[in-house]
Amino acid sequence: MKSFLSFVKKEFYHIFRDKKTMLILFGIPIAQVLLFGFVITSEIKNVKIAVWDKSNDYITQEITNKITSSGFFELNTIINHQSEIEKTFKKGKVREVIIFEHDFAKKLHKEKKANIQLIADASDANSANMIANYTKGIISNYMIKHNEKIKLPLQIITKERMLYNESLKDVYMFVPGIMAMILMLVSAMMTSISVAREKEMGTMEVILVSPLKPIQILLGKVTPYLALSIINAVIIIALGYFVFQMPIIGSLSLLMSETILFILLALSLGILISTAAANQQVAMFISMFALLLPTILLSGFIFPIENMPLILQWISAIMPPKYYIIILKNIMLKGTGLLFVWKETLILIVMTFFFILLSAKKFKIRLE
Amino acid sequence: MSEYSVIISNISKSYGDVSAVKNISVNIKKGELFGLIGPDGGGKTTLIRILTTLLKTDTGNATVEGFDILKEYKKIRQIIGYMPGRFSLYQDLTVEENLSFFASVFGTTIEKNYALIKDIYSHIEPFKKRKAGDLSGGMKQKLALSCALIHKPKVLFLDEPTTGVDAVSRKEFWEMLKNLQQYQITIIVSTPYMDEAGLCDRVALMQQGKILSIDSPLNISKQFNKTLFSVKTENKFKLLTDLRNYENMNSVNAFGQYIHYTDLSNSNETNKLEEYLKVKNHTVIKIKKINPTIEDCFIELMKQ
Repeated sequence: MKSFLSFVKKEFYHIFRDKKTMLILFGIPIAQVLLFGFVITSEIKNVKIAVWDKSNDYITQEITNKITSSGFFELNTIINHQSEIEKTFKKGKVREVIIFEHDFAKKLHKEKKANIQLIADASDANSANMIANYTKGIISNYMIKHNEKIKLPLQIITKERMLYNESLKDVYMFVPGIMAMILMLVSAMMTSISVAREKEMGTMEVILVSPLKPIQILLGKVTPYLALSIINAVIIIALGYFVFQMPIIGSLSLLMSETILFILLALSLGILISTAAANQQVAMFISMFALLLPTILLSGFIFPIENMPLILQWISAIMPPKYYIIILKNIMLKGTGLLFVWKETLILIVMTFFFILLSAKKFKIRLE
Repeated sequence: MSEYSVIISNISKSYGDVSAVKNISVNIKKGELFGLIGPDGGGKTTLIRILTTLLKTDTGNATVEGFDILKEYKKIRQIIGYMPGRFSLYQDLTVEENLSFFASVFGTTIEKNYALIKDIYSHIEPFKKRKAGDLSGGMKQKLALSCALIHKPKVLFLDEPTTGVDAVSRKEFWEMLKNLQQYQITIIVSTPYMDEAGLCDRVALMQQGKILSIDSPLNISKQFNKTLFSVKTENKFKLLTDLRNYENMNSVNAFGQYIHYTDLSNSNETNKLEEYLKVKNHTVIKIKKINPTIEDCFIELMKQ
């Protein structure tokens, strides 16, 4: 026990004395949460638009006012000629051009029909779609208000409500994803690197020729990173909660226990990687490609799993972060208890044991 | 109890097609200072790694203090000290932290075995707050030796401990090893330096995975059955080629400024040789009969 404790103490010395390790441990998580939260956002907000109002009557003006006062759009340019459309887009600021046809109000009253053309800059396809949809929504809202006096014989009215994320905030998506990503990075990569470093420096040779048992060596490596990863998880949750108003509706203790389970899983993965990697670079490479990229791409963090080709869906089924993200979203946004996430929890537990057993089996008690 | 600390019988080990150790058998006595001498690639490191249970043998077996290196490797790891060829301590830990870490790994403390390492550790104790990575080569070796000794091992394995260490530190290091023998520690040390062989109780001359000879340094020198001369003239390079072309030549080897020479006649006579060198226009000719060193024997054995 005493030799185990001094091993842990030694690991803490390594971590605290290496500025780079400290930066990866605490600097990168904070920077990433803030980056994802503030910079990478697909929300519609103050999108610059241009208007070509060929009719310029009271209805077109009302519609334009509605659109620009919604908070989503901001009138940037008034256009008077066909050739100006292209020019405005090429300047790069304006994302959408709204064109009203001639005699808009007159046609609307006489023919009961008038046309508006929406041209969106689809070099960013997703947001072009969203911008056009938002504009359409505002226009049809206006039409419904305008028609209130007229009684239509039959009417279907849809009312939407975005449950669990009423205001469609991206941050609700990102915080669970980033937590999974950072815990994976810190736990798995840092442990695998630190074991690989002992191999590289030759200290593993000396450690092996000592009464230390493999389990003591591995636990000694894992314990400091477990402690630091828990601190990291708390920092991320706190940042999400206080800076981005990410709600935590469910039980905080359940959230933390699931997080610790996920950290253990990531650590056992790190150990497994270290049994295969002979030096730090290989350890880092495997961690990056085998863990980090799949976490970002295949866990449902950014791209919805349902939209993937079938084969990628199967692959994503063996990605531990997928289950952790599901659990996180359930607890934080829906406030569900263990009863609703027991399946995912069980999968994580089974995976953890599998990785621990596998790395215990693969751990070399000799040099070859 | 057997009088032997390490018993090696018919050990072979190869890496792929390259065989590193070929059918080696040695018995090493308790408390002996045993040297494995030979050039790089001779199989010294492989043999030490096999005995420290870091590598498995292909064939053959060995015991350390009566424990089988394969089946009882855990017991062996309790009682041996090992210092690898490369400096293998934690560079970001201080001298003191390294030492107390290795002490606690072996379930002991610095205080408990301080007497054993005192002579060695006292040299570096003034720098105990310094990071191990910032020490000089000689001090690193002393720290590594202290760490390998801190649990009072029964057998100490040192793999090329003096490689890359200055001459003064090397001398000091060997004195320390000599001192350790009073504690009844068996010491197995490998080195490529022939001059260090003379300091061991017994040596095994190793080349290409084979042991050429095992004996005390004195007996090995006695095996040298030719009369050995050291020759020097003003032109060393020309001397070397001229001697090689001499009709009575048996062996010619450069040793620093001198050339060690044996001839076929094996007499103490030097006049003929001197005549020959004069004919070849050498001046300032110095020929002296000398006692063979381990290196002379080693080169002789390598030729056979």
